Amino acid sequence: MSEAAPAIASDARPRLPRGVRLLHSEAQGGWVLLAPERVFKADAIAAEIVKRCTGEATLAAIVDDLAKSFNAPRERVLADVTAMLRGLADKKLLEL
Amino acid sequence: MAENAHAPLHTPLGLLAELTHRCPLGCPYCSNPLTLDPRERELDTASWARVFGEAAALGVLQVHLSGGEPAARRDLVALTTAAHAAGLYTNLITSAVGVTPQILDQLAAAGLDHVQISIQDSEPESADRIAGYAGAFTRKRALAAEVTRLKIPLTINVVVHRANIERIAEMVELALSLGASRVEIAHVQYYGWALQNRARLMPSAAQVARAAETVEALRRRHHGEIVIDAVVPDYYARLPKPCVGGWGRRSLNVTPAGKVLPCHAAESIPGLEFWSVREHSLAEIWKNSPAFNAFRGSSWMQEPCRGCARRDVDFGGCRCQAFALTGDARATDPVCHLAPAHNEVAALAAIQEDAPYAYRRM
Ligand code: SF4
Ligand code: SF4
Repeated sequence: MSEAAPAIASDARPRLPRGVRLLHSEAQGGWVLLAPERVFKADAIAAEIVKRCTGEATLAAIVDDLAKSFNAPRERVLADVTAMLRGLADKKLLEL
Repeated sequence: MAENAHAPLHTPLGLLAELTHRCPLGCPYCSNPLTLDPRERELDTASWARVFGEAAALGVLQVHLSGGEPAARRDLVALTTAAHAAGLYTNLITSAVGVTPQILDQLAAAGLDHVQISIQDSEPESADRIAGYAGAFTRKRALAAEVTRLKIPLTINVVVHRANIERIAEMVELALSLGASRVEIAHVQYYGWALQNRARLMPSAAQVARAAETVEALRRRHHGEIVIDAVVPDYYARLPKPCVGGWGRRSLNVTPAGKVLPCHAAESIPGLEFWSVREHSLAEIWKNSPAFNAFRGSSWMQEPCRGCARRDVDFGGCRCQAFALTGDARATDPVCHLAPAHNEVAALAAIQEDAPYAYRRM
């Protein structure tokens, strides 16, 4: 594993900015994140995380929900979600 | 068909819709063909709407509304509405000239997802001289402000060449101050009008090396603040670009008159048979048009590409460039250091001439 991504406040409400959309495409065989002049394939887990970034749910609530839905340890979910959301935010694909 | 029976058919992601070749600007680096489609031959609104629907059904996710200047079409709002209704992510690629605040409002209401505005330089006078249009720079600033006011994400596109390459940092600063979330630093690609102006646009090797360092430094400085995407300077590269993500693999380009091309410069290759949306559906064209099948897969390749480990990475580079520089569209892109003609690229890059531009005109 690489070093841990900088923490995100637990009351942050991550959301997709205008111009970024998550979409399931039958023809492309799965979930895709559409962004300005770019398309990213999203695996099932990434899609589950991004789907919850509505701007209403807090990071804490998202992590709780995922830990429960997937029956996984909360600390691990938090680390994975933080790393992914940081990566997306750096690419301007997410607002924190 | 038969010779490409083994090339797997991929699903395209993007459609470049060249709505018109008309453009008030005259950029000497324009990659449009020298013979431009006149207004009378342009597809009408209903045909474009059908094409957008066919593209979505084929699996295309994004449409790039481009040109020429797309706003030269009076029906730009109707076209955007149709593309959005088809379920496509809509991207407007504009010079800004002709897009009034009223039109932009209507485009936003029509579901426009993203705007890309090109700028020619960070210095207004130089910018207008490069564009061949007095006052263009001011209009670009004004439109960028409108785009961010409407909270539509904005990309600033900067085409880099000898006259502006020393101001990459200033141009990125300008993009930031205009509220862009993304900036494209694109070295000129020598097709169409740009090929015509090559000696007048070509930067020196030292300039290109400095530019690369500048871009790296800017990326570190603005990490998380603005996305900086760069298009490499072909003539100074060691490895070719994976042109259009592979021929007939990820994208289609529809010309103003309705011809469907695997890449926007494909018409420069003689002997290719292009099909038109006036006679065929997009799905038929994608699958069966001779031009799309000409360079799909790898069976068309020669050495050194044929036996190269990178052939599924860069697909042998750009077919149009291979043709332009060697006369053989099947040759290895001479940008590649393994290509027999590689040394000739450096010789061409060394030809630099400070003559007036041949501006792009209809
Ligand atoms: S590159 Fe310049 S001349 Fe060519 S279409 Fe774009 S704005 Fe017009
Ligand atoms: S030889 Fe062909 S496939 Fe190999 S790197 Fe060069 S262009 Fe790419």
